[in-house]
Amino acid sequence: METEIAVSASKLSRHFGAFKAVDEISFDVKKGEIFGFLGANGAGKTTAIKMLCGLLKPTEGEATVAGFSIRTGTAMIKKNIGYMSQKFSLYEDLTVKENIEFYGGIYGLSREEIANKTRLLLSELNLENMQNSLTRALPLGWKQRLALSASLLHDPPIIFLDEPTGGVDPISRRNFWRIIYEIANRGKTVFVTTHYMDEAEYCNRVSIMHRGKIIELGTPTGLKQKYDKTTMQDIFIHIIGQN
Amino acid sequence: MKLRRIISIIIKEYTHIFRDWRSLLIIILMPVLMIILYGYAITLDMKNLTFAVIDDAKTPESRELIRGFTESRFFILKYTDIKRNEIESLFKKRYIQMALVIPGDFSESLVSNRITKVQLIVDAADSNVGTFINNYSNRVAQLFNEKLNNRSPGILGLEPRILFNPDMKSANFFVPGLVALILLLICSLLTSITITREKETGTLEQILVSPVNPMEIVVGKVIPYITLGFFNGIIIIIFARLLFKVPINGSLALIAVLSLIYIFVALSFGLMISSVAKTQQIAMLATLMATVLPTIMLSGFIFPVASMPLPLQYISKAVPATYFLIIIRGIMLKGIGLAELWQHAAALSGIGMLMLSMAIIRFKVTLE
Amino acid sequence: MMLPIISIKNFSKSFGGTKAVASLDLEVEKGELFGLIGPDGAGKTTTIRTLVTLISPDSGEIFVNNLDVKKDVRKIRSITGYMPQRFSLYPDLSVNQNLVFFANLFDVPKREIAERKKRLFQFSNLEPFAGRLAGQLSGGMKQKLALSCTLIHNPVVLILDEPTTGVDPVSRNEFWTILKELKKEGVTILVSTPYMDEAVKCDRVAIMHEGMVLARGKPETMTASFQNRIYKLAGQDLIKHINSIALIPGILSVQSFGDSLHLTLPDNQAKENIRGKIKNILGRSFQMEPVEPSLEDLFIALIEGKSRNGN
Repeated sequence: METEIAVSASKLSRHFGAFKAVDEISFDVKKGEIFGFLGANGAGKTTAIKMLCGLLKPTEGEATVAGFSIRTGTAMIKKNIGYMSQKFSLYEDLTVKENIEFYGGIYGLSREEIANKTRLLLSELNLENMQNSLTRALPLGWKQRLALSASLLHDPPIIFLDEPTGGVDPISRRNFWRIIYEIANRGKTVFVTTHYMDEAEYCNRVSIMHRGKIIELGTPTGLKQKYDKTTMQDIFIHIIGQN
Repeated sequence: MKLRRIISIIIKEYTHIFRDWRSLLIIILMPVLMIILYGYAITLDMKNLTFAVIDDAKTPESRELIRGFTESRFFILKYTDIKRNEIESLFKKRYIQMALVIPGDFSESLVSNRITKVQLIVDAADSNVGTFINNYSNRVAQLFNEKLNNRSPGILGLEPRILFNPDMKSANFFVPGLVALILLLICSLLTSITITREKETGTLEQILVSPVNPMEIVVGKVIPYITLGFFNGIIIIIFARLLFKVPINGSLALIAVLSLIYIFVALSFGLMISSVAKTQQIAMLATLMATVLPTIMLSGFIFPVASMPLPLQYISKAVPATYFLIIIRGIMLKGIGLAELWQHAAALSGIGMLMLSMAIIRFKVTLE
Repeated sequence: MMLPIISIKNFSKSFGGTKAVASLDLEVEKGELFGLIGPDGAGKTTTIRTLVTLISPDSGEIFVNNLDVKKDVRKIRSITGYMPQRFSLYPDLSVNQNLVFFANLFDVPKREIAERKKRLFQFSNLEPFAGRLAGQLSGGMKQKLALSCTLIHNPVVLILDEPTTGVDPVSRNEFWTILKELKKEGVTILVSTPYMDEAVKCDRVAIMHEGMVLARGKPETMTASFQNRIYKLAGQDLIKHINSIALIPGILSVQSFGDSLHLTLPDNQAKENIRGKIKNILGRSFQMEPVEPSLEDLFIALIEGKSRNGN
């Protein structure tokens, strides 16, 4: 059955001992949406993403990703998602090309597909000249774009980005977001966390997490009207300040 | 299990190994260095034992007795004209390991066929040395008696024939043990570090969100390191042969096959550690602690298992090196085959399977 | 002769074959809050690490409070407070223990420690958490504790390398409030940051790129001297069309700013022509009005211009 909902969480919780890292969060993300997941450090965003990606089991509640339950369908979920974490997750001692080939391989692409994808990606990223250099030697902005591309190799319909632009300068961040927009234009669902509130404005909808709970959810424009503010930065500081 | 994914991981591991040539060099040179150090340092061979003599008799008979010691390749006579009260300080300064005091009436006593007493003072701080000197002195005394009395020593004469290691070379005893120690250490270190490193860099997380399952990661990681460990084993044996002339009486092929099983155990052990350890440092420490100590102390590497207290004997049964030591010493020194060794090989495989399954189960719990 | 509190003349540093910093000149006056901005690999961290004597320059004359970084290593370290990128405290020590440890490290007299802690707690509001382990603090609090530890020996100069990277906006705000207060007390602060909203809070900034300073000055005078025209586009779903808009001839660059776009045009002559073309692309109405260039516009124009010339 073709569903219009890409990610859906209902009363999803994860406790670490007495600490409720994620506390009964519920939301739906529509197909093709760019969904921003905002919150202060330690608000529970990364824990929530890890549950949705099948890296952590929930304590309570349920969520589906691409129509599969995160409790029973993690194997299927993993085939349908791309994931890029805040830590740079490529092998620094492998070359650009070797990294692409490796990630293609663990997603079970055929030799032919990998060769095609590699060629395509290298030209898209303008990295043909760098394909045989060690990944370590790339500037941070490039690394991040390469990591994003690697997580898209298997053409997943949903992609999770956990603080993909941390510590990156404004130009690289913009370049990165252009790619995110292209991905969304191709009909993919993008689930992204960020600390840059100007990036939050690029999202179709945002949720704001605080102490494990989602305390606000809506479109940037809608939230601006609701709180009578002009930027997401002001809204964020206002909401978190109140709580 | 999907072959393509496993192959990808294998290729990647090999790339890591060969790209980091410094580490590779260490992996290859470390066993060589260890075997040279251990091979020369750990030795039970008795050589250059120094001793002092106070010869109050100064007769042909007393000189004959002293010659009984100096003629052997084990003893060096260092002090002759010393006083009795100097002996203790010579021992304390470790200048001598033995002192022989021959009384003034030595020759007269011998002639009168009384029981003649010669004082032998031995430094038994190192019990091996003490025992050795004691045994050797008895032998000297026996020979001296025979010569003096010019008759056969008796109806019953013991003449020991030493089997398997006729020269009593300790290298023959230690080098096979070193193969066991080094293989275990290197192979378990390799796997425990490679996985914890991926935990630290965050790449493990990236792999885990792909359809790869823990089993495939484990297999993909183990295979490259089995070949590396095997290569290490070959190097050790070649060096053992060249440097210490350790004999290889049995089948090389059998050594190879059983070493592979042992390497598999070591790698599984490394995996088990990495499934618990969070950082490379912890993994390294835990691996060192858990491999070196039991292997040296409990496996029969130095101290025979049979002479351990009973509880330790049971523990030694859980130490993989115990079995491998029996296997490799058996093949190299005794030249025996699978017919005699299959039980030990089976025990080793069992331990390996157990560790691997524990590692995989642990991975499933921590990573899924 | 009295030098500015930080004085860098003709400073160069290479690592292997690559030049990290190339004949850099930079001066920071006493009591200034100075911002170092630039893309990754611009040479900010190299400059900062040289100032705090962690690496030695290949060439150049560098003085901090009239002390030579090549000769007076110990003295410089005792008068500077330095917070490296990703500075982490001892997570298994409490807030209090961390502070005391750093106080002892910098030879703070025993009887003064309590008083200084009290003063730092006023800034940081960490007093209620004094007994808590540093590892159990939230990200923003950790950052404030790290700052407190670098301040415990009353440094004359405070040097911070991207202190707020990866920190949420609320905590960033608090952090900068503290910096402002320190400035009031007369501390000279040199800070590098990838956030432009932080850069505008500085007295002066230098924009670095490929080891050189492209522009420097007060943020407001820098933006005032910007020669191109900036137009702000507002409307629905603009960002989806950003790539097609960028292809229109006559536009120097298109950048997203939140949900709006900033167009950079060389002058206002082609404005109407471009408005028409954008309308064709969007197929609906939108607003296009001139705006004052921001520091971020300037930054992008400078760096992109540089890269374009370079390639």
